[in-house]
Amino acid sequence: MQEAMINRAKQLLADGTVNRVIGWKRGEFAYDITPAVFDSADELDSDFVFDDFTAANVSKYLVKESKKEGKVLAFLKPCDTYSFNQLVKEHRVVRENVYIIGIPGGPKLDAEKIKAKGITGILGVKNENYTLKIDTVYGEETMPFYEAVLDKCASCKSKKHVVYDELMGDEGDVLDSDRFDMVEKLENMTAQERYDFWREQLSKCIRCNACRNVCPACTCEKCVFDNPASGVENKAPADSFEENMFHIIRAFHVAGRCTDCGECSRVCPQNIPLHLLNRKFIKDINELYGNYQAGEDTTSRAPLNDYRQDDCEAGIVHERGVE
Amino acid sequence: MLKISLDKLDKLFEAVSASQTLYIPVDREDGAAEYKKYESGMKLSSALNTVRSAKDFFFPQTENLVDFKMEGKNIEVIDVREESEDFVIFGVRACDARSFTILDKVFLCEPVDSYYKNRRDHGTVVTMACTRPAETCFCGTFGIDAAAPEGDAACYSDGESLFIEAHNEKGQKFIDSVASLFEDGDTAKLEAVREKTREVLKKLPLANLTTDNFGGDKLNEYFNSDKWGELSESCLGCGTCTFVCPTCQCYDIKDFNTGHGIKRFRCWDSCMYSDFTKMAHGNPRLTQLERFRQRFMHKLVYFPANNNGEFGCVGCGRCLSKCPISMNIVKVMKALEVK
Repeated sequence: MQEAMINRAKQLLADGTVNRVIGWKRGEFAYDITPAVFDSADELDSDFVFDDFTAANVSKYLVKESKKEGKVLAFLKPCDTYSFNQLVKEHRVVRENVYIIGIPGGPKLDAEKIKAKGITGILGVKNENYTLKIDTVYGEETMPFYEAVLDKCASCKSKKHVVYDELMGDEGDVLDSDRFDMVEKLENMTAQERYDFWREQLSKCIRCNACRNVCPACTCEKCVFDNPASGVENKAPADSFEENMFHIIRAFHVAGRCTDCGECSRVCPQNIPLHLLNRKFIKDINELYGNYQAGEDTTSRAPLNDYRQDDCEAGIVHERGVE
Repeated sequence: MLKISLDKLDKLFEAVSASQTLYIPVDREDGAAEYKKYESGMKLSSALNTVRSAKDFFFPQTENLVDFKMEGKNIEVIDVREESEDFVIFGVRACDARSFTILDKVFLCEPVDSYYKNRRDHGTVVTMACTRPAETCFCGTFGIDAAAPEGDAACYSDGESLFIEAHNEKGQKFIDSVASLFEDGDTAKLEAVREKTREVLKKLPLANLTTDNFGGDKLNEYFNSDKWGELSESCLGCGTCTFVCPTCQCYDIKDFNTGHGIKRFRCWDSCMYSDFTKMAHGNPRLTQLERFRQRFMHKLVYFPANNNGEFGCVGCGRCLSKCPISMNIVKVMKALEVK
């Protein structure tokens, strides 16, 4: 696949369809892939990579890239196409300036899960019939492929590309995923148990903002939390509850716009399952307004941006009012 | 050397924690390790390193410096400092141990940062030699021997016993306080383990990375390098690298209106952030390129220029495994280096 992608990219560069390519660049190890823009065939040949570790969603980079001179070729996995579409819907990317090739999705691997097995000194990782053969300075190790799959891929919602100019590989379908199972589990907890769960998770936060900065739904030019004039800007919490508020406020802000791409949890250095906050909103929206998938299209009105007279009146306040 | 059987470690921890606060790295449910205040039953993590570095103990992410209380036209200045009590950090790796030396250069030079010094004076650092370094390790680049860590006292494991030796008075005092648990031990097997670790260190993928072509005299060469654009192009501008880094030492001081008074606090800052070193006219580093460049120039050029050639990195590898886009000091050094 990687070779076919490089060849196609070279063609599109050569015939002038695009003047650069956004994809993934090889790193020092088997897994440390960096999103990168390639300007030439030589660069593609030497550095372009597409493998089990190319999980990064490059859609958000297109906010900036699509405003530059000329067309950019973007290779988008199914989940990435939802993010891209949502950005089109919000007028954050210039669709005409992006040439999209839909490529097959994951499951992609999480190097942290390999390391969590105590496997270290990793020199190379090979997938042989869904067994990972890992070459290390301490000798060869093996582990089942599926035990190293990223959480976001383990509960994949769709193998279908919702936007593309051309496709490489087979097109897939929207999947029945188990992505709301953990949300349900949390819903079934008592308020105290749920509070304890989130306090434990969110207290790990080091406020590095990686979740916000990687999030394709977080594209404000100046985040309120970075703006000294906002009065709520802070690099440090005044008390231990503030980190929780940061994440809850962020989840509210992306509610109805989050496509569940899972990047927030993938990049969290402290392994906080932030996607569960977003999934709770998605599940509630599905239940209260009917199934809605952000990024599925670019024209429909999103439930939370729309008003209809028969809209549900969810919430404790309304229920009390009925009594 | 004095030794204690590894299965008696809990006795050691109990003894230490009876007289002072003890912090050890423990495994979290999600597989990561973090320093925790020791409580009975906790097990020492075998992880190579914690996600957050050990710098937190001396340079916490946030701390209150002073409170102000206004009554009418009077402002009362309240010193909120509490004299630290003695504490022990056990199981610090060689890289983190060296980071304290680097932080000392910043906080203990004139004018001495008394908040930092207070904690430094009361903390005893007991290190633990590495036996299973990772591919992301490159402490050797900075002259650190993972098999012979610094610290007030150092521990070594041969798989059966834990050996301990003091490096200074503070370390000796620590050993004396728990000496009854230790016995004299034969270090033959230990030497073999240390030798094996050093062999592994030589085989690591970053073993040949050197600082030979970096330092205080390379300012214009690297500052004006045309590589920064490409290197910083996909940087998210988050603060992960700076916050997991054991040597990043920049901080911000702000006043917070609590409604009842003012708290002046200090917190970690990140050169990656848009309001870092913000002045009346804004941030002097307008784009992520300049912010990104600042971080690496600081570690590889400015810091050695001001500190007799010492670099602002210890090769712990945290940024290598934690950066969301896997851009890090090793990639920067390799791309930038002019031989």
